[in-house]
Parts: sequence; structure tokens; C-alpha cells
Amino acid sequence: MVTFLFYLPFLLLFVLLAVYGERKISAFIQSRYGPVEVGPYGLLQTLADLLKMLQKEDIVPGAADKWLFLTGPVLVFVAVFTGFSVLPLTDQVAGAGMEAGLFFLLAFVSLDVVGILMSGWGSNNKFSMYGTMRSIAQVVSYEIPLGLSVLCVVMTAQSMDLQEISRQQGVFSANPNFLFGIRSWGIDLTDVGGFLTWNVVRNPFLIPVFVVFFIAGLAEANRAPFDLPESESEIVGGYHTEYSGFRWGIFMLSEYGMMLLVSLLGALLFFGGWNSPLPNIGYIRLADWTSGTFWGVGWLLGKALMLIFIQMWVRWTYPRLRVDQLMGLSWKFLTPVSLVLVFICAIWRLWMI
Amino acid sequence: MEISGFGIVLLFLIGGLVFILVTLGLGRILRPSRPNQEKLTTYESGEEPVGPAWGTFNVRFYIIALIFLLFEVELVFLFPWAIVFGNAEKINATNGLWGWFSLIEALVFVGMLAVGLAYTWKKGMLDWVKPQTGVKEETSTVPQGLYDKINEKYS
Repeated sequence: MVTFLFYLPFLLLFVLLAVYGERKISAFIQSRYGPVEVGPYGLLQTLADLLKMLQKEDIVPGAADKWLFLTGPVLVFVAVFTGFSVLPLTDQVAGAGMEAGLFFLLAFVSLDVVGILMSGWGSNNKFSMYGTMRSIAQVVSYEIPLGLSVLCVVMTAQSMDLQEISRQQGVFSANPNFLFGIRSWGIDLTDVGGFLTWNVVRNPFLIPVFVVFFIAGLAEANRAPFDLPESESEIVGGYHTEYSGFRWGIFMLSEYGMMLLVSLLGALLFFGGWNSPLPNIGYIRLADWTSGTFWGVGWLLGKALMLIFIQMWVRWTYPRLRVDQLMGLSWKFLTPVSLVLVFICAIWRLWMI
Repeated sequence: MEISGFGIVLLFLIGGLVFILVTLGLGRILRPSRPNQEKLTTYESGEEPVGPAWGTFNVRFYIIALIFLLFEVELVFLFPWAIVFGNAEKINATNGLWGWFSLIEALVFVGMLAVGLAYTWKKGMLDWVKPQTGVKEETSTVPQGLYDKINEKYS
């Protein structure tokens, strides 16, 4: 309940600022100024864009399948937004209390493929069709490495509840934590916490797993360098060629929502979630001092925003992939690598006991 | 009032839907609606579109979808396994046998699918542009010697 009241306004605020941030970051990378006109430092640029979008005519092409065309974007947004329901916020505020929360999240977020297919097919436009087919092939292919990398974390944590996974990675853990998770070495870190009990340290093989997760997450969100479904230089706008006004804005909203979701998930699964990165050292109780409701929200969002910054940095650094490279990367590289990593992580888990 | 886990999910579902519909409804008050023939044509870089886009599609997408389906079903089975295979109580009760035994079981299960992936890879189904293999065999009733003679004569 609390998470709903937090995440809906936060998502909107985030989209407003992230679009501005992305334009400023890209401007910085390309030695430009970016938006400067609207408001101080151009801060109100996105708000002005939003107002413009609301006033634009909502055109439904005559040849389109009207129902599919109109409901497609709504389904995309709802699927992405429902994914937020299982995310926890702090040590006190959990998301939807489900044993299989992570599993549910993966299952539900996949539904946005159906929304993309509805809008692309409903447009009855050749560019939209190409974009849709590419998008589905891409999202579906990268679903496998994403699922396998999440599986590695589930094996390490022995839970699919995101709140439980977060709690294990810090001073609030119910079970004892050891250095690199290995009990037989006997270096007890339960009371120390901080970054030493994060999943990437408890099981160092989760670092390559995180790289796989991050790449697959970029592809799931249709972000550059994996933005082939909407590559404007080849197929105009991909699956949203025919959309205008706010109905097009919903696609943007969903893309940024997906970025936030993947980043929050990455922070929760690999980097301790709402736990403080500072360890307790003797009498200097840094982890205890920096834990609590406001600290927790701050750490979680700080980590997620850091990952989003890296996503934007990647977008403006690397060129777009070719279609065959894109599919090859997923099936010939990421899938075999993550299959091997699953077994390495399984063996590590058996050592942890 | 306590809301159950799936109740919160329903809240997010309905909340997201209501937010989008309200915003679209608000836009309806603000935006004009003056459709005309030119506006409603399908965009095709300024050309008149020929025929609908609902046509046949490359079979490669179908194969990718099939492979995806196999792996996704595998994932669905692996998640419950991941929760129980490393269960500390069960491992301690069986002297560590539980963990290694279930790990090998999963290895066999994933191994079979990995062989399937290797097979499709070998078949070239994962290559987006399928490579041209082999040289086309020329079958001519004219013996090669005659061609050679002509080449020799006019060279």
C-alpha cells in the first residue's frame, strides 16, 4: 500500500527528471549545452514537452485495427508498472508479500511484449511491423539470460521474496553472514554488514552474472545499443511510428519505467538493496547509524539512479548493434555463459553451507 | 486494514490503468480532433501505401520463438529447484548428499537443453542471415576438355 503511494508519483517525477537528465548527459558527452531555454537551466523542458504532447491530436490511422491500436500502449504501461508491486522500499516497508515475488515480476513484465505486438500489428504499417517483429525477437531472446542471471541470485539467497533477499545482505540478516559466504573460514560478518555482505561479495561470481543481467536489462528496456525496434535511421519509429500525442508518450513513460524497474531490481538483487554500504568497524557503528527508513529509501534509490546513469552513459557511448549481432550476442554468448554461471553459483551455494 | 500480497498487485494493476486512462481523458479535453483523409493515411515516407502490412513473415522469428519457449519452460522448472537444492537443513540431514545429488539432476536436465541449443546453432538456425554453403555443382553434358580447347584457341 505504502509502496503504491510512493512508486506512482516517484515514477512520474523520475520520468520528468530522467528525460531532462538524459538530454543533459548526452549534451555533456557530445560537447553541447542541451536544453537551456525553459526554466532555470532548462529544468522545465520536459514539463513543457508533456504539456505539448497532451494538446496534440490523437490520430488513429484509417487502416489500423482500432481496438488493438488504442489498447496496446495501455497494456505496455500497466505490465511495466505492475512489476513495481513486489519491490520493497525499506526494511520496514515491503512490497506485495509474496513467496514468489521475483518469479511473479519476471512473468508479469514479459506481458509488455503482448502490448508491443498489439500496437505494432494494430498500426497496419510496414515500419511498425518490422519494428514489432524485431522487438519481440529481441525481448524474447534476452528474457533467457535475464531469467538465468536472476536464478543465480535466487540460488545464493535461497528465496524469491525480494524483501528477504534484501534483508540477507546487511546487518538485519536473520542468518549469520560470512566473508564471501564461506562458513568454514569462520570470518563472521553478521554484525559488520555494509558492502561486505552484499550478494556480489557473498558470492563473487555474481559480478559476471550482474554484467549479463545488466546487458539483458538494457535489451529488455529496448535501450540503446539495443534500440533496434525503434531505430529511426532504418525503420522510422519502429512499433510506435503511427502514434502521436500522449499515446506515444505512454511508450516513453514505459521505457523509462522499465529502466527504473531493471535498475531497482539490479540494486536489490546484487548491491544490497536498502542496506547501507558502510560497515560497522568496532565501536564506529557506521552501518547502524546509516540504517533506517529515510536512509533505506535513500540508499535504494541512490544505487538505482547510479545504475540508470550507467545505462545512459552506455547509450551515448556505443553505436547501435546490427540485427544479426544482436541475436548472436543473446543466443551464442549470453545464454551459454549464463548456463555455465548457474552451475558455478550452485557449487558456490553448496560451499556456503 | 491488511491487504494481501495479490491485493497489492491488483492495486498496482488498477492504479496504473486508472492513471493512464485519466491522463488520456484529460488530454481529450485539451486536444483537438479534426481528422481528415490525408491525416488518416498510413505513413510510408510520403508514398501511397500499397496493400496492408498484415502479410507473411520470415520463418526465423517462429524458430526463435520455439527455442525461447523451450528455455522459458526450463527456467520455470529451475526456479523451484533453486529454492530447495541449497536448503541447509536437508543438506545437513543427508551429510551433503542432498545438495550434490540435486545439482547433478539439474545438470542432466539443463544439459539436454544445452545439447538442443548446440544442435540449432550447428544447423545455423541462430544465424540471422543464413550463410551460403558449398559451391554449386555444374552438370553439363559438354565435356570440360572441349571448353579447355576453345579457351586455348582464343586466348
